[in-house]
Amino acid sequence: MAVKVLRRRELTVWEKLYIPQIVSGLKVTTAHLLRNLYLHSAHRLGLLQNRRAAVTFQYPEEPRPLAARFRSRHRLTVRDDGTPRCVGCMLCETVCPAHCITIVAAEHPDPNIEKYPVRFDIDLGVCVYCGYCVEVCPEDAIRMDTGILDVAAYSRDAMKLDIHELMNPSLRKPLLECTLKFPHKCRLAGGEASR
Amino acid sequence: MIDLAVKLVLALFVFFGVLNLAALHTWLERKQSALMQDRIGANRASILGWRLMGLFHPLADSIKMFTKEDIVPAGADRILHTLAPVFSVFFALVTFAAIPFGDRFLLGGRVIELQVAKINVALLYIFAMLSLGVYGVILAGFASRNNYALLGGLRATAQMISYEIALGIAIVGVIMIYGTMDLQELVRAQGRTLAGWIPLWGIVVQPVAFVVFLTAALAETKRIPFDLPEGESEIIGYFVEYSGMKFGMFFLADFLETILVACLATTLFFGGWQVPYLTSSGFQFPWGATLPLSQPVYVLLGVASFSIKVVIFCLLFMQLRWTLPRFRYDQLMRLGWLGLFPIAVVNVLVTASVLALLKVREVGWLAWVG
Repeated sequence: MAVKVLRRRELTVWEKLYIPQIVSGLKVTTAHLLRNLYLHSAHRLGLLQNRRAAVTFQYPEEPRPLAARFRSRHRLTVRDDGTPRCVGCMLCETVCPAHCITIVAAEHPDPNIEKYPVRFDIDLGVCVYCGYCVEVCPEDAIRMDTGILDVAAYSRDAMKLDIHELMNPSLRKPLLECTLKFPHKCRLAGGEASR
Repeated sequence: MIDLAVKLVLALFVFFGVLNLAALHTWLERKQSALMQDRIGANRASILGWRLMGLFHPLADSIKMFTKEDIVPAGADRILHTLAPVFSVFFALVTFAAIPFGDRFLLGGRVIELQVAKINVALLYIFAMLSLGVYGVILAGFASRNNYALLGGLRATAQMISYEIALGIAIVGVIMIYGTMDLQELVRAQGRTLAGWIPLWGIVVQPVAFVVFLTAALAETKRIPFDLPEGESEIIGYFVEYSGMKFGMFFLADFLETILVACLATTLFFGGWQVPYLTSSGFQFPWGATLPLSQPVYVLLGVASFSIKVVIFCLLFMQLRWTLPRFRYDQLMRLGWLGLFPIAVVNVLVTASVLALLKVREVGWLAWVG
């Protein structure tokens, strides 16, 4: 078996002297320092806003741009009359690998529409954000495009979303009043979800 | 009585100036490294919505340090454990007493030297205090009853003692040329010019000594690239068992030593408070122009010159600290003993020979050397 001997290049005297190498290192870091100092000062004066000085995103104030296919918190899409587009077919609940979706379907008053959900809960503490529910939905009723990343809560119960929060992503717990006009089940309308 | 009051004012001036500069260093360290690495750095602490580029962070840090729990390990020597950070800060602070930060000025018929303690062997005093600083380090490692702390303390001690030798020999050349150990006189001697236009600063006559001094002095401050005693990212250092303000004092001592080294480099090699072509009666440019200045302006210019030089050195050290990787321990020892030490000795010999050949009269003990 052939043995390949790797030889490290001997350092030249110039390199062994170390000081020139320090200077070349300093040149790189100082160039960054001066460039950023210049750009930050210009930004303070409102100039050169199109050139970023730092790669940092100041997160809560300045969210990072998300990719178009990014899967963020779920939402239920809504018809023109304010009712959910969901027809209660249970496909998403069936396909969900984490079993985090709970749907209770009821008959829709419109004979052209099969059913609608009186309860639609997602337990985000269990959800794995795989996006299967979005892919499987025949009605484009559930999407993961709210851009909400900061899902955090002090209890497991608070991680559970009910139909109010899914239909209106701007809602935050605790929910104090029920604004949905169609009959449904929630804590505020005689149901059990969203404890 | 008035003398005492003057000394007190000078001492307080230096004390608060140095401590504030050290506090500012914590901010500078974060901001400068951030700029070098295309980040933003500390900018969150605010008072009434004012952030001032994160300038309140040193304040927030000190509040945090003072209110944190102070933990002394079980079985540790309580007294030495407390004494070690005190030693570190104390010896770093008292050293500033011998640094002249301005020329003498007359106030009400009284000559005031802008130097807290006028010691005629100020350099010896400074080096004595620097050496005593080792005690803080070795005691911290020893009193913590932690093997890793002890090893860190031993590493730090070996490093500081090794580099102190190169440091001491490097400045012998400077002492020989200016013929004094009194820092105020040494700075005054640097006010002359060479060939009529080059300021006779230490860097001009002793460039090799300057490089050796700077390297050894950086090693004395125990910061990257010489931060093997602590190795804040992976190795455990001598202050591993310290928390709260005791840790804060080691932290402070580090910055104080950096400032001290900047002060020393300025004083010995960059003319201290000297401004090029500025004499006590005003500017006297080599091309013949003159600009008379009153005495307070002259003294203030000197203090400003000294401060600016020190700050520039601090910035340079910070820049080096965020540029270079850490040495390996054998590399550190090889650089100290086989690199800096012989260079410093040869520098002394060459300086002595040149002085002997030139028969420079000003050097008092030249007759004794050769």
